[in-house]
Amino acid sequence: MTQLSSTDTDATTDAGAEADELREAWAARLADALGDGYAEHHIIPGGDLWVRVTRDSWTDAATAARDQLGCQFFDWLSAIDWLPSPYGRDMDAQEDNPEPKAADPMEQGHAGGQTRFQMVVRLYSITEHMGVTIKADLPKDDLSIDTLIQVYAGADWHEREAWEMFGIHFNSHPDLRHIYLPGEFEGNPLRKDFPLLARRVKPWPGIVDVELFPGEEGP
Amino acid sequence: MTAVGADQRQQMAYVATQAADARLNVEIETEGMTLNIGPQHPATHGTLRLVARLDGEQVVEAEPIMGYMHRGYEKLAEVRTYPQVTTLINRIDWLGSFANEVPFILAAEKLMEVEAPPRAQWIRTALFELSRIANITLFLGDMAVQLGALTPVFMAFRDREFVLNQIEAATGGRFHPNFDRIGGLKDDLPQGWIDDTKQAMEKMRDFCDEFEELVLGNEIFQARSRGIGIVPAEVGLAYGLSGANIRASGVDWDLRRDGHEALAYDQVDWKVWTHPDGDSFARYWVRLQETREATHIVDQLLDGLPSGPIMAKVPRIIKVPAGEAYAATENPLGEMGYYVVSKGDLVPFRVKIRSASFSNISITPWLLKGVYVPDIITILASLYFILGDIDR
Repeated sequence: MTQLSSTDTDATTDAGAEADELREAWAARLADALGDGYAEHHIIPGGDLWVRVTRDSWTDAATAARDQLGCQFFDWLSAIDWLPSPYGRDMDAQEDNPEPKAADPMEQGHAGGQTRFQMVVRLYSITEHMGVTIKADLPKDDLSIDTLIQVYAGADWHEREAWEMFGIHFNSHPDLRHIYLPGEFEGNPLRKDFPLLARRVKPWPGIVDVELFPGEEGP
Repeated sequence: MTAVGADQRQQMAYVATQAADARLNVEIETEGMTLNIGPQHPATHGTLRLVARLDGEQVVEAEPIMGYMHRGYEKLAEVRTYPQVTTLINRIDWLGSFANEVPFILAAEKLMEVEAPPRAQWIRTALFELSRIANITLFLGDMAVQLGALTPVFMAFRDREFVLNQIEAATGGRFHPNFDRIGGLKDDLPQGWIDDTKQAMEKMRDFCDEFEELVLGNEIFQARSRGIGIVPAEVGLAYGLSGANIRASGVDWDLRRDGHEALAYDQVDWKVWTHPDGDSFARYWVRLQETREATHIVDQLLDGLPSGPIMAKVPRIIKVPAGEAYAATENPLGEMGYYVVSKGDLVPFRVKIRSASFSNISITPWLLKGVYVPDIITILASLYFILGDIDR
């Protein structure tokens, strides 16, 4: 596996601008490979690269990242529920809202998006020492997306986790069943509208765990 | 190949049907046996359950079943302030707790655009490596005990105390230090700690030398681990294997050297160990070398420790600006990372925990296919997982 080795370590130390150029190049190559399937990207200089693709080009994006960008390493896969928590605590309250309130408008993060549920997968190149976070929007009425197992075998368990935690269906996943929760569990715990029941029973005392100095303003 | 005549083909088809019938008739007696390993088996480091379907002594299919210790940290983190989250994530990989805190703190620091002062970074790195030594030491004893050598595990527990005592002296906690803060560390080092730690490192090097002879040089250990559970590099990468597991397959990749996080690894002289074989023996070998290398890293860090403050200027009540950040470090078990989404509140909006053991162990259904029953234990032991790191 000599092609996987990177014996020279000096090249990566003067990161900065060079790394950002590479991020730009990666985004451009993904845009070329995906065409209409490419939505937008976001680069934080010296930080990271986010790319958003359409749901239909999800597997194509992963394949392009693996074959064209050299991202052989499957880092992780998950989802984000952008719904502001209807049970969320008001800043100074000691407990969550007992009754769900009307949700605030949604605000998606880097690389934008329109829908409540977004898929996130992070892939990494062990030769360039750089990763890319790929996102895809899932429409409200059809929470399903193609599986990545054919591209990365490791996606199997991560997709099972996303399935039970968010209720996202992975098309042609061979074995979609619970991984952490008991088989008869109902609901999708990581959705924002799934209440954390422990908080109903006993309020959490520690939202502001710093005692203020006299005269100091609160949060 | 010789041509097969029509009647001969007919005969073969007849024999095949007979055989199929025979299989059908006696299916109840000869069906493969299902072997349940765990959830309470010493080889499972907690409560991993392994259901293996056997054909004689060979595994047809093996399926790890977890979740017995799922605590839902990703959900719980959404209702805790940033400084409170570290108390939870201490308990993910409970043998190297301090190392769990660091990537989360780094992700939060990225979002806040603060960086810990140099002294804090150096101490952070030193404590990180001490966690690694404490963690891997136990593996070195534990894998030996699972292959039938009882003594090494007692030696490992004994010598790990040298390191745990130092972690306790600096942080106040043997297992759950909760010592890392956004912008620096809770406290500076106590007096005399540096000399004591160097002595402990000396003892750990002796420990490594002893184990190199006692375990790696042992004929039985070699016979039971060489060529067992070979992971090809490409397969390992596709399954997300990281840390010593993938370095034992010849992949020269270590986030301590190749990552871009604010730690002091680039200030010291050290080496990444790899092994070309990819078998259980290689994984043990790489971990042993890494433990010894870690003692050298700690020594150098303590020699060159810069002076100065240990906390950057951060507000007393931490509100993290909106944004997303991912930070990952090379933890004792492999890559551990946190994807933190903030909406500018006191609490994180979403925390995705990328834990090493979850990905490392996801290769087991592939890896255990066709191995013999005693080798299941060898392979599980050599992949090295902590249940808290799988179940989170």
